[in-house]
Amino acid sequence: MKQEIIIAGFGGQGVLSMGKILAYAGLMNNLEVTWMPAYGPEQRGGTANVTVILSDSAISSPVLDSYDTAVVLNQQSLDKFESKVKPGGVLMYDPSGIHHLPTRTDITVVPVDALTASIELKNSKTYNMVLLGALLELRPVVDTEAVVKALRKTLPERHHHLIPVNEQAIEKGRSLVK
Amino acid sequence: MEEVKLMKGNEAIAHAAIRYGVDGYFGYPITPQSEVLETLEELMPWETTGMVVLQAESELAAINMVYGGAASGKAVMTSSSSPGVSLKQEGISYIAASELPALIVNVMRGGPGLGTIQPSQADYFQACKGGGHGDYHLIVLAPATVQEMADFVGLGFDLAFKYRNPAMILADGIVGQMMEKVVLPPFRPRRTAEEIAKQCPWAVTGKGGRGHRNIVTSLEMESPAMEQNNLRFQRTYAEIEANEVRYQEYYTEDAEYLIVAFGSVARICLKAIEDARAVGMKVGLLRPITLWPFPSKALDELSKRIKGALVVELNAGQMIEDVKLSVNCRVPVYHFGRMGGMIPNPTEVLDALRADFNI
Repeated sequence: MKQEIIIAGFGGQGVLSMGKILAYAGLMNNLEVTWMPAYGPEQRGGTANVTVILSDSAISSPVLDSYDTAVVLNQQSLDKFESKVKPGGVLMYDPSGIHHLPTRTDITVVPVDALTASIELKNSKTYNMVLLGALLELRPVVDTEAVVKALRKTLPERHHHLIPVNEQAIEKGRSLVK
Repeated sequence: MEEVKLMKGNEAIAHAAIRYGVDGYFGYPITPQSEVLETLEELMPWETTGMVVLQAESELAAINMVYGGAASGKAVMTSSSSPGVSLKQEGISYIAASELPALIVNVMRGGPGLGTIQPSQADYFQACKGGGHGDYHLIVLAPATVQEMADFVGLGFDLAFKYRNPAMILADGIVGQMMEKVVLPPFRPRRTAEEIAKQCPWAVTGKGGRGHRNIVTSLEMESPAMEQNNLRFQRTYAEIEANEVRYQEYYTEDAEYLIVAFGSVARICLKAIEDARAVGMKVGLLRPITLWPFPSKALDELSKRIKGALVVELNAGQMIEDVKLSVNCRVPVYHFGRMGGMIPNPTEVLDALRADFNI
């Protein structure tokens, strides 16, 4: 098993932390993992993307030019990464930031309205966990249990009371693409 | 069995330094290596091992604190990124000339000048061919994984103390910023004053029972004596070259073409090679782990059975000079590089190989 994933959007959308939780969950499931941020001086509002590779064998390059799965959260990222999804791969996008829809027909294109879902959960910070839930429904590379363990590991203790709402967000994300 | 952790390369360096029993870290923040200092400050080793962690007022101050600490036999280190390492060059030359062990980490970013904050390997010349003035060499280690970022702290110090010569970890922004799995080295205590006195009889630790004061200096007013110093340095370098070359070969047994790359770029090339092998192209990889001493003999041998080599670097062509010297014009050697913080992907590497060798 090898899953090469790019998550791309604006800084502040939780792109890097979504990748981080996915990577930690991979660690919990004894997979090989790399988490490679395209880091820049940007913070909120700039572009951000992260490549996460999960594999049951050693990983060579942490830098890729094609992906099994792309999660794109704004138009720039869609424009940049739509063509880089491998044929038969998955392109997940949040329609709220998209004006020109993806056009490829040789991949599975899945809109996930994570923004609305996170508003329904009354916590906009669960946005990326809704997306992660949807991703894991489509690409079951790690189990929810591992994700919850990863949240416990990566969130500072003062935020641990938010783990249940994040679990709800993951379930909501799963249900959106079922 | 130590726990497997997930962390950035920069964080791994900080953890490994504490676990090695480093006495002092002196640094100044700069992207993309600031997590080294930040992690050390989070971990607060001064409360556990007694390790000093100090944010100096400048890179110049930091390297001269390393110079002083090293002169007293302590295991001391600094880290920075390219522009900051340029500032440290005078101190590095002095440390080398004073025959002191120390560890310097450079997590390279795009240059020249203030450049960018994205990954680069454009400081190969600076690290391997001098940087500072005078005939000196650093032992230069090039990590490709977060595990090697952790492991090379200990290796760098071990070699530095063995040869009384500064060592450098020459990393790039990719391996500094990426997270992957790492098993950290076991904790070992910092050396006691007695152990330091025994291991480093040259150190300035006070006169004690010695009968004379040790003096550590790079200054020698008499040319004949300075030439003798240089001859001694050269003997050390020859010994390091004879004993400490490290490299890794992948798919070289039947390779017709060879890629030579170091650091994270070697991993990008390895993916390109996996793709090449999938379509029947016989390509291998040599990854120098020590950039100085350089694996010249291994390349010399390999060049007798390949058709050509491609050197891939995040620069305009630096290590290629050492590759060319090693293969003695036996086969054509080409270069593919990206600069200024741009990173090639595996397909670009494969395309360059196909174009250079018409395959």
